[in-house]
Amino acid sequence: MLDALARLGRIGIGILGHIGRGHLLLLSILGGIPALFRRPRLLVDQIYAVGVLSMLIIAVSGTFVGMVLGLQGYYILSQFGAEQTLGVMVAASLVRELGPVVAALLFAGRAGSALTAEIGLMGATEQLSGLEMMAVNPVKRILAPRFLAGLISMPLLAAIFSALGVMGGYFVGVGLLGVDDGAFWSQMQAKIDLHEDVYNGVIKSLVFGLVCTWIALFQGYYATPTSEGVSRATTRTVVHSSLAVLGLDFILTALMFGD
Amino acid sequence: MTSVSKPLVKVRNLHFSRGDKVIFEGVDLDIQRGWITAIMGPSGTGKTTLLKLIGGQLRPDSGTIEVDGMDVHRLGTRDLYQLRKRMGMLFQSGALLTDISVFDNVAYPLREHTGLPETMIHKLVLLKLEAVGLRGARDLMPGALSGGMARRVALARAMALDPMMIMYDEPFTGQDPISLGVLVKLIGSLNDASRLTSIVVSHDVGETAQIADYIYVISRGKVVDQGMPEQMMTSDAPWTRQFMKGLPDGPAPFHYPAAELEKDLMGH
Repeated sequence: MLDALARLGRIGIGILGHIGRGHLLLLSILGGIPALFRRPRLLVDQIYAVGVLSMLIIAVSGTFVGMVLGLQGYYILSQFGAEQTLGVMVAASLVRELGPVVAALLFAGRAGSALTAEIGLMGATEQLSGLEMMAVNPVKRILAPRFLAGLISMPLLAAIFSALGVMGGYFVGVGLLGVDDGAFWSQMQAKIDLHEDVYNGVIKSLVFGLVCTWIALFQGYYATPTSEGVSRATTRTVVHSSLAVLGLDFILTALMFGD
Repeated sequence: MTSVSKPLVKVRNLHFSRGDKVIFEGVDLDIQRGWITAIMGPSGTGKTTLLKLIGGQLRPDSGTIEVDGMDVHRLGTRDLYQLRKRMGMLFQSGALLTDISVFDNVAYPLREHTGLPETMIHKLVLLKLEAVGLRGARDLMPGALSGGMARRVALARAMALDPMMIMYDEPFTGQDPISLGVLVKLIGSLNDASRLTSIVVSHDVGETAQIADYIYVISRGKVVDQGMPEQMMTSDAPWTRQFMKGLPDGPAPFHYPAAELEKDLMGH
């Protein structure tokens, strides 16, 4: 009984220590961001690696998700004679929920895992130690540009996801199923609110970008410096990020759209 | 070898442990200026840990480490980084940044810390690479280098800021005889030509004894012997004798601690 209690206590202390280390790391990363304005090149390189290279998967997924939404939406809405509102349904689902959430899940799988593996391997091959001994702070030089790049890229990727999703829905709804072109766009224009829908979606994707990149960098930086350690850390990044995105989405949705 | 003056590195009563494992219990060392000091001992005695403690990457449980009169572990981050600019460290793996070329690796500390114009950096990098014989390899990526070449590039990088001291972590491990000879010669000649102080952590007795001015032997968390290389080679102390001559059995037993063989065999 006492043993079990002690074990539970140890696990609790371990989790708290983990959270503490994560926040300290975040603080030092944030401390390294001002220096990036003097060396924008570091940031641009990372936006390319984290954001631009994730664009293809985001674009393709966005298009298909939009097409499926168009298809499913049409079948349900047409039962009530409301297929003219298909544009609103597709756009609202994408901008409010699917854009930020699915883009973040894909981002965690594509860019987050790559970040963890890269940083973890840099640790395992002593490159991070090497930087420290060259009097270069690896948190500021390596982690901070990647963090900011994730934060900037995520909302843009979510926007691309949503935009292409709307086009996918348009293609299926208007192009294939014969929904009226004008109704599709004008209903969307009338019902989608800039503050209520678009801004809230952007806030969500900013939060998801922060959390996913933070988790990826934390896991990489504190990965056990062996191949097994890096592989575990990469898996943890995807699992933790996905759960965090889904959990936070519920909380944010409740805060934004709940009365 | 220059005359003995105030030591550059002073380690006093150093205690360090990782979890339950005690690595150092009461180590005292002096690293004299201008000398090549070797720290030797079998694998797993914490030689690399000692270098990380000197470089301020790890904190001791107790005891002090002074480098050039400054207590490393009492320095603030800014001062510690200033001190590190004057220390070079050669990691066992080389620790080169794998996504940039040999040239950019050597240029890295210069670009980070000096603000020199690119033309000047270009010349300095070529000179450093020339010193290690790899000027022609400047455009290669680290992945295309052999282990020995990677260490030489890392050495050029460690010297880029003209440090007062270089720490070598197992520089001879896993090298073929030719690159071994090159590294031994380089470490010796660079120390003399650049008026450096060198700390070589190694378990390669022959190579290290060739270039070292002074040797410390560490085992089980303590300094067990010290002296000039020739004294160490002829030492009667059982531990030193076993280590320097590579004897399979002695104070460090051949057998890992176990129950008696007969009991073990009969038990099943």
